Amino acid sequence: MIEVTGLTRYYGEFAALDNISFRIEKSEIIGLLGLNGAGKSTALKILAGLLAPSMGTVLIEGVNIQDDPTSMAKHIGFLPERPPLYEDMTVTEFLVYIGRLKGMSTSDALGRLPEVIRMCDLKGREDQLISTLSHGYRKRVGIAQAIIHGPKLVILDEPISGLDPAQIVEMRKVIRGLGEGRVVILSSHILGEISQTCDRILVVHDGKLVAQGTESELASHTGGHNKVAITVTGEAAPFHAFLDNSDLVSEYQPIERPDGQASATVSVTDAARADLINALVSASFGLRLVEVPDDELEEIFLGLTKGTA
Amino acid sequence: MNTLLIAKRDLQAYLTGYTAWVVVSGLLFLEGMFFNAYAMGSDSQRYSHEVLRDFFEVNWGFAVVASVLLTMRSIAEERRDGTDVLLSSSTATDGQVIVGKWLAVMGVLSLLTAFSIYLPGLIYVNGKISLAHLAVGYLGVMATVGATTAMGIFGSSLFRNQMAAGMVTGSMVVLLIIAWIASDIMGPPFSEMIAYSALYNQHFVNFSEGRLAMSGLVYYASLTGLFLMLATRILEGRRWE
Repeated sequence: MIEVTGLTRYYGEFAALDNISFRIEKSEIIGLLGLNGAGKSTALKILAGLLAPSMGTVLIEGVNIQDDPTSMAKHIGFLPERPPLYEDMTVTEFLVYIGRLKGMSTSDALGRLPEVIRMCDLKGREDQLISTLSHGYRKRVGIAQAIIHGPKLVILDEPISGLDPAQIVEMRKVIRGLGEGRVVILSSHILGEISQTCDRILVVHDGKLVAQGTESELASHTGGHNKVAITVTGEAAPFHAFLDNSDLVSEYQPIERPDGQASATVSVTDAARADLINALVSASFGLRLVEVPDDELEEIFLGLTKGTA
Repeated sequence: MNTLLIAKRDLQAYLTGYTAWVVVSGLLFLEGMFFNAYAMGSDSQRYSHEVLRDFFEVNWGFAVVASVLLTMRSIAEERRDGTDVLLSSSTATDGQVIVGKWLAVMGVLSLLTAFSIYLPGLIYVNGKISLAHLAVGYLGVMATVGATTAMGIFGSSLFRNQMAAGMVTGSMVVLLIIAWIASDIMGPPFSEMIAYSALYNQHFVNFSEGRLAMSGLVYYASLTGLFLMLATRILEGRRWE
């Protein structure tokens, strides 16, 4: 549905994007991952039609957005990192205005409004002045303006930045809900967020697309192992002995625990993860917790960008 | 349609905020003071048409100042707040955005001009004034501020900082007002070209005296079109920055 070919963007002599190509199918939620200055924002601005590429094309259902950017604006919704809001308007006034700027009639925009209010969880805020909304609600209004016209492509630049944990959980739900029937592309520097929200990840580094795939697929690029933190009840020695003897585990790192439990960060392939858990249960270990360590995605990312830097 | 939509939203923002009202009421107050001192202040008896001419000179000056003050925020503020993204990612062309913003400021300036009507009313009460003189004078004022507003929109499109935008616009306007001085110290053909570009001396005097000068209208319309086009090119160029 979205086909990006050879996308390149120069700022003077500097190539912010260098020959990037990818394809996204309908209903996919794609995460754009990269360090600051990697080229994420440039890529998103080009996809949103705000910047012209130096070379390359962006096709939405076969139509090049550069051929007629103003007409293509009907099919694209964009939320920059700082939500662009007119603070002197109420939520309803603002969304109807944006709908009209995107080519809708007033009645169509008003008709679409209840669904957008529901999707972005803005019920009860419709008549509130935007200047009086909290940061979390402003983000939601920002997303609402990006989808009021029912675009085929929704682009969200750092949609969860600045939100508190409760707001992040809510925003995650909102973003997942956007994916039905359209393409959603989001960038985030919170790497764990990308893996929880997106179906697929594009890793950008120094303007180049260095990898793409699911978290597991990306992990396979860096050696084919995912890490999981496993905690069992009982003494550490038998647990470590089990891990030493298991063919499923390539390596592990014990974690000190003072509370009668044993714990370790274990390297295990994604496919073997379920077998390992079954084996632990069969061996009568009291399994307390299996979780992906917070730094897993970071390690994958660093592995992918090492050597390209 | 997009042009009117943007103009309506901007005009609404001007009228619901305080900046436009402060500018309008402040300038109206000063205009009344100046009118009293400059146009009505003479001890000798004067014809009504002379007082009306002096009124338009005062009104012209304050309307031009208002156009500079009101336009400096127009696009610069959108860029500072990041809301320019809403317009540049919309179905509105850059030209529609520029004309919409120009229309909004013209709406506020029309209010300022309309509120000044009580001053000619004072002349009417104390003498005789020609409606044609009144209409032509106001047409000249609106044609001038159409041009200076376009210059202001252009200035505002160059910067994120409103003060910088206002200073550039103010400098351009002052240069065009004092162009006749420069024409005096140059030889032909430059002296004639520069004299023609003088915003006030060359073109507005006819209007202030009640003479409808087509050359003046063409001049102001050309200036308006030129600066609106330049502002549009600035916005278009942003996609390539």
